[in-house]
Amino acid sequence: MDLTKDAAVARETLRTMWTIRRFEEAVDDLFARGLMHGTMHLSIGQEAVPAGACLALREGDYITSTHRGHGHCIARGAELDAMMAELLAKETGYCRGRGGSMHIADVATGNLGANGIVAGGVPIAAGAGLAVKLRRGEQVVVSFFGDGAVNEGAWHEGVNLAAIWDLPVVFVCENNHYGMSMSVGKAFKVQRLAERAAAYGIPGVTVDGNDPQAVHDAVSDAVHRARAGQGPTLVEAVTYRWKGHSKSDKNLYRTREEIESWREQDPIARFERAVAGTLSEVDIAACRDEARERVREAIRTANAAPDASADSLTDAVYARSDR
Amino acid sequence: MTAVLDATSTRTLTYAEAVREALGQAMEDDERVFLLGEDVGTYGGAFGVTGDLVHRFGEERVRDTPISELGIVGAAVGAALAGMRPIVEIQFSDFTAQAMDQIVNQAAKIHFMLGGAATVPMVLRAPGGSGTGAAAQHSQSLEAWFAHVPGLKVVMPATPADAKGLLLAAIDDPNPVIVLEHKLLYKQSGPVPEVPERVRLGETAVRRTGGDLTIVATGVMVSRALEAAETLAAQGIQASVLDPRTLRPLDDRTIVDSVTATGRALLVQEAPKTGGFMGEIAARIVESSAFGHLRAPVARLCGLDVPIPYAPQLERAAVPQVEDIVREASELVKRW
Repeated sequence: MDLTKDAAVARETLRTMWTIRRFEEAVDDLFARGLMHGTMHLSIGQEAVPAGACLALREGDYITSTHRGHGHCIARGAELDAMMAELLAKETGYCRGRGGSMHIADVATGNLGANGIVAGGVPIAAGAGLAVKLRRGEQVVVSFFGDGAVNEGAWHEGVNLAAIWDLPVVFVCENNHYGMSMSVGKAFKVQRLAERAAAYGIPGVTVDGNDPQAVHDAVSDAVHRARAGQGPTLVEAVTYRWKGHSKSDKNLYRTREEIESWREQDPIARFERAVAGTLSEVDIAACRDEARERVREAIRTANAAPDASADSLTDAVYARSDR
Repeated sequence: MTAVLDATSTRTLTYAEAVREALGQAMEDDERVFLLGEDVGTYGGAFGVTGDLVHRFGEERVRDTPISELGIVGAAVGAALAGMRPIVEIQFSDFTAQAMDQIVNQAAKIHFMLGGAATVPMVLRAPGGSGTGAAAQHSQSLEAWFAHVPGLKVVMPATPADAKGLLLAAIDDPNPVIVLEHKLLYKQSGPVPEVPERVRLGETAVRRTGGDLTIVATGVMVSRALEAAETLAAQGIQASVLDPRTLRPLDDRTIVDSVTATGRALLVQEAPKTGGFMGEIAARIVESSAFGHLRAPVARLCGLDVPIPYAPQLERAAVPQVEDIVREASELVKRW
């Protein structure tokens, strides 16, 4: 699917990326002003990956996400109100204030959850793929993770299981160049992380992660293979996180010039240029404004909601039996 | 399936056969149930527990895995989240150390962290305990690790009937349940109902009643405590023997009631004493109204604080034996 030629698709792609950007700018601001507590991991600069990848999915498909997962949630269609309410520690949040930024899941959109453990979602994605296969289903699972996950044992074990059992899983690596402060150059001997695919006998491809079209094309191909029973694929999307790892990051491990050079490759600005022949200036401005307004509305709604209650805390640990 | 079974019929089965029967009945009853683990297929399981199930249910549902504990448990978590009822066999409970992230950080926490939006209905079966000469990395009793984690349920069947009934209840449960079987029990025989009768999680079994002291024991220590109780009876000491069966949820009420009646408690576990689960039971007793009825300090008889050694005489010395229980119980009653 060409994301730039059809006005509706171009608008949707742009709106998704702007919504992720505005949402994260807003939470960054709320945090800076002391109106939001805890910690968070922002994906500003990486919006093309979830936007491009999730456009390759259907209703009923699954995703697993990461600690840097707001973008995956939004691109999959999560409710901004419930996301913002969760971050603002409200009872109406996705997790009723029990999970926060790192644990938002949205069962309605097949989002099996963000994950605070690097690579934690990778074997879980293989398991969801196994469930689909056992049911003879047609769903696909997209597992998002960062470059840091690729050196975890869980990643190796999860990818291997998906490979040997031909499970319908697409492994999408958001290579943003750093696992916290550890650069990819220091953490890997391979040049491209997609080379790791060869070790599991599956296809691996590296794409420009700041181009939603490139991400979409690679993930679509992989989804097609997965649905056809041909097993998993590793897609490495090369991108960059503009902000620090989390709220405590002083950016001591990278230069201002490096960050600036990546900001010049802003995926949203690039996409706006790419769709200039399809969408008018007014259309593009409307996408931005709509994203800003949706985020503002989410903040207003969340702020008006009751704070998360500690009343039923111990009752919430175990699910009740249905038998 | 149940229609052709006599609801009152019991046969003598071994503990391993009872586990296998539960697995088979659960798979017949619910197509979402499937098994995965190392060598559970044609090999029949390292301890022969899964046996011929692969021939009855096929390789898809009795799924051999690579040696990949973290991946196996993670796959079970994912399958459970996506609507299946996976049952994992970890070949030795010691190997759960390889899978702890998926057990502790994922399976146990997902339901709570997600505000109840998802459940992880999975069972992890693993044999624990010493007595086979397998030494320190294949002989541990790790129940306290799991019992310490909110979100997990922890089951320790001590009889063939419970091996079946508790496992069936664990498979029904919408939460992750760790079932710690004991290697030395696999060949023990006992009456087991033919029907798939559940044994509710969270009910302490009173295995024997006596008025002089309460012995609380788990796993293989239950049969040792019962044997010790017979010897004690010949000496004129009458012991109650209680088997909690599940550590989470824990039915401490039955334990407190028994200790209230006897005034003495001897808590017996195979695991090392420090940080062991019997410390928790001791605390529950002294926190309760039973405290005022105690005639003696609460006593623990536990494994030594050592890794399980190889040589048979050393291995034996590292964990409580029948004669140790007799000695401790007798001293507790005579001294106090």
